Amino acid sequence: MYALLGENGAGKTTLLRSLAGLSRPSGGMIKLFGESNIRTVVQRLGYMAHPSLLYEEMSGMENLLYFCGLYGMQDAGQRCREVIQLVGLDPELTRRVGQYSQGMRQRMSLARAIVHDPELLLLDEPFSNVDIASTRDMVRLLGTMRDGGRTIVIVTHQASLLEGVADEFVSMHAGRVVGRTAHLPTGSEMTGVSAR
Amino acid sequence: MSLGQVTSATLKKDLRLEWRSKDAINTMIFFALLVVVIFSFAFDPTAEESRRIAGGLIWVGFLFAAVVALNQTWARELRNQALDAFRVSPAPANALFIAKAAGNFIFVMVLEAVMAPLFIVFYNLRSVGPSYQLAIVAVLATWALVVNGTFFAAMSIRTRSREVMLPLILFPVSIPALLAMVQATTGILTGDFSPQFWVALLAVYDVVFTTVCLLLFETVLHAE
Repeated sequence: MYALLGENGAGKTTLLRSLAGLSRPSGGMIKLFGESNIRTVVQRLGYMAHPSLLYEEMSGMENLLYFCGLYGMQDAGQRCREVIQLVGLDPELTRRVGQYSQGMRQRMSLARAIVHDPELLLLDEPFSNVDIASTRDMVRLLGTMRDGGRTIVIVTHQASLLEGVADEFVSMHAGRVVGRTAHLPTGSEMTGVSAR
Repeated sequence: MSLGQVTSATLKKDLRLEWRSKDAINTMIFFALLVVVIFSFAFDPTAEESRRIAGGLIWVGFLFAAVVALNQTWARELRNQALDAFRVSPAPANALFIAKAAGNFIFVMVLEAVMAPLFIVFYNLRSVGPSYQLAIVAVLATWALVVNGTFFAAMSIRTRSREVMLPLILFPVSIPALLAMVQATTGILTGDFSPQFWVALLAVYDVVFTTVCLLLFETVLHAE
C-alpha cells in the first residue's frame, strides 16, 4: 500500500488519473501489469476519484449493479450486497445517492471501486468527510485487501490514518516524487528539502 | 462484456434516470409546445398553405427541442464525473454511444407522438399523400437528428459553453438531413411530388453518419 502525500497542486491527483488512463502524461511512459496500453488492463484497475462517480437519481445498489454490468459481471446482486456491507452501508437502503450524506457517498464510491475485485486500487482522498469510526473501518478494509495481495495507491491529506498500514509514504512536490519513506514523513521530507 | 449487454444496461440506466428526473422530456415538450403556439399566432394560414409550410415548422421545432435532450443526456454523465467510471471500465465505447443515441431517439419519438396531434389541430393538417409514409420519415429523420446530436454533444461536453456550442456544430451538419425531412414531409402532406428521393437521401444520411460516429466515438470519449 502506497500513500501519496503532498500539498495542493503537487500532482497527486494527476498521477492517479494518469495511472487510471484518464489523463495522458506530458512526458515519460506508464506501464501497468507490463502493459503500456492501459486500456488493455483496465479490468484489473479500481479507481475512486474525489467526486463520487455515482448517479444521484439511483440508489447505491442500482449504481453498483450498473457498474457490475460494465465489467461483464452477471447476477452480481450478491456481490453488490457484500461490498456495500463491507463499506459499512445497508444494501437494502433504497434512498437515492443524491440524498446520501457526503460520508455515505464516499463509502459507496469505495464500494463502486472495489466491486469487481481489482488487483490495483487507485484511491483519491477516500477519507475526506468520513467520520472517524467509518474511516477506521475503511482503513481496516483496505489493510485486509492489501493483505490479500492487492496493490493500493492512496492520495490523502490525512496520512496519519495510514500509519502502520501503508507500506510506503511517497511525498510529491511540483509534479515530482521527492521522498519515499516507510514511516510517516516529517515536514522536511514532505517538501523534499532533505531529498534534494 | 458484450456490446449488446452494456448497451442494454446503459439504455435502461438512462431511461430510469430520465423517468425519475424528467429533466429532458419536460423541457422538450414545453419548448415544442411554445413553438407550435407562437407559430400559430404568427401565421394564419389556409389549409393549403398549412400543408406547404408544416414540414418546415414541425422539423425545425423538433430540431430545437431535441437539442435540449441531447445536452441533458451528457450533462447527467458529468454530474459527479460519472462518465469517468465508464472510461476506466473495460466496457466498449460504442455501447455507450448506441445507448445514448437510442435513449435520445426514444425521447424525441415520445415528443413527436405528443406534439403531432397538436400540430394537426393548430394547423388544420390533412395529408393528401399516403400518410403511412410520415411514420417512415419520422423514424429516419429522428435518427438523423439524434445520431449526430449525440456525437456532437459528446464532443462539446468538455467545452465551457456547451449549450451554445452544440447547435453551432450540429445545425450546419444537419442541413442535408433537415432539407430531406422537410421536403419528404411536404411531399407527403401536399401530394405535389414524390417523397421517395428525399426518404432515400435520409436513409443514406443515417447510414453514413451512424458509421462515421461509431468509428470516431471511442476517440472522442477518451479525449482529454
